[in-house]
Amino acid sequence: MFNIELKDVGKSYGDNEVLRDIDFSVDKGSFTAIVGKSGCGKSTLLRVIAKLEETSKGTLTFSGEGSKDPKIRIMFQDDRLIPWKNILSNISIGAVNKAAAKESLQEVGLIDKEKDWPDQLSGGQKQRIALARALASNPDILLFDEPLGALDALTRMEMQNLIEELWQQQQFTSLLVTHDVTEAVTLANRVIVIDKGTIQLDEKIDLPRPRERDEKFTYYEKKILNQILGG
Amino acid sequence: MKRNSKWYNNEIFPWVLPIVIIVLWQILGQYKIITSTLLPTPVEVVQAGIRLFNTGELQEHVLISTQRALIGFVIGGLVGFIFGLLNGTILFVEKMVDTTIQMVRTIPHLALIPLVVLWFGIDETAKIFLVAVGVMFPIYINTFNGIKNVDGKLIEMGSVYGLSRWKLFTNIILPGSLPAILVGIRYALGVMWISLIVAETIGADSGIGFMATSAREFMQMDIVVLTIVLYAILGKLSDFVAKVFERRLLKWNPAFNNK
Ligand SMILES: Nc1ncnc2c1ncn2[C@@H]1O[C@H](COP(=O)(O)OP(=O)(O)O)[C@@H](O)[C@H]1O
Ligand SMILES: [Mg+2]
Repeated sequence: MFNIELKDVGKSYGDNEVLRDIDFSVDKGSFTAIVGKSGCGKSTLLRVIAKLEETSKGTLTFSGEGSKDPKIRIMFQDDRLIPWKNILSNISIGAVNKAAAKESLQEVGLIDKEKDWPDQLSGGQKQRIALARALASNPDILLFDEPLGALDALTRMEMQNLIEELWQQQQFTSLLVTHDVTEAVTLANRVIVIDKGTIQLDEKIDLPRPRERDEKFTYYEKKILNQILGG
Repeated sequence: MKRNSKWYNNEIFPWVLPIVIIVLWQILGQYKIITSTLLPTPVEVVQAGIRLFNTGELQEHVLISTQRALIGFVIGGLVGFIFGLLNGTILFVEKMVDTTIQMVRTIPHLALIPLVVLWFGIDETAKIFLVAVGVMFPIYINTFNGIKNVDGKLIEMGSVYGLSRWKLFTNIILPGSLPAILVGIRYALGVMWISLIVAETIGADSGIGFMATSAREFMQMDIVVLTIVLYAILGKLSDFVAKVFERRLLKWNPAFNNK
């Protein structure tokens, strides 16, 4: 398991400064949500952490047992399943071995679909497969880039429960980017609000799991929402 | 499903018109409205085919033509495919070579015939060369474009999931460009037969084109028409084989698994 540490990170594309003074660290095994308006740099932050983009400023470090690099996986907003591979082969892309692939297919409850083509599944099922693919590789860090954004409300709640359950079992370090404040408060130990390229609020969510939509829940929701809309 | 229940939406109906045309052609010939020296009847053409089949000439010439076509196809196809792969995957090669290929491509390859005859005479090499050159470009272009148009998001996913360059190529880039490559192959098969017909008509001592030219000299109209039919059958056959491959290789694609 790994901690993630960002020190004074900035990212610019030409003259466009997308991220600046990003300074936070994430504990191993924790679940952090990053929320903010569209275009505020959330995806860019995840891509920097996944090393798909270089930082323009500052440093990004991972610390964990040994000196090896952490295994980082991303779940994207679109499923990114390979259309010419059946479900099991798609999961095997990330898997340590075939058994691990089948096991994670079992975990997301779609073991009977192993021989299907991706195009034969619904949007929600495809995202389940994408989750299984990410988990099959036993990631140290799992980055979610609005993976539930395109799903209907019911499917989304199901997926949230599934993600929470699997995270509790496997304790991978999670970073969830979302524009849905309720989703952030439902899943995360901590919510970070980004606006104008930098951190505006860093809030610990001190609620027992599974989370009830009670007064305290609403308190957090309101506080975060006010920050996003007012800030 | 309403569309399927229309009386004309079935396997047989599309064949009605060709059959009517052939029957009409037979009748017109039989009653000498069209003379046999102008156009032989379908029955005469079939009889010519049977006659040549019994002497073994038919098989011999068809075999030789098919051989030429396939050898030229394999050579040209491989060259086009390899250039397409290199240019599609290595930017340095693309920048160096693609513009040149695009320029050369604009020359109709049959315009090379005088040059080819001067280089190779009219022997086997000339015909195979002409087929190979014709086949090369459609395969090149479609391979190149196919690779360039592979979904970048899938490639990004592959690298996030730790695929090596080779695995990225075999699992994502090559299968992703396969539909385009197959389109190129089907098109190239058409070019292959056209190039061969032209090459064999210019000069040959065997093959379907030779059958046609020597039949013309003796005014054997039935054989002339037979050779045209043979080319059509071979063209249709190769297209059919390509279609079967397409269906098998692209069965993941909803456009092809129409069950
Ligand atoms: N590859 C890129 N090149 C140039 N600008 C980019 C690139 N990626 C993102 N941006 C810019 O960065 C800003 C933030 O984008 P993004 O991180 O995708 O926002 P979010 O995910 O929060 O909606 C946008 O203004 C976008 O135009
Ligand atoms: Mg985004």
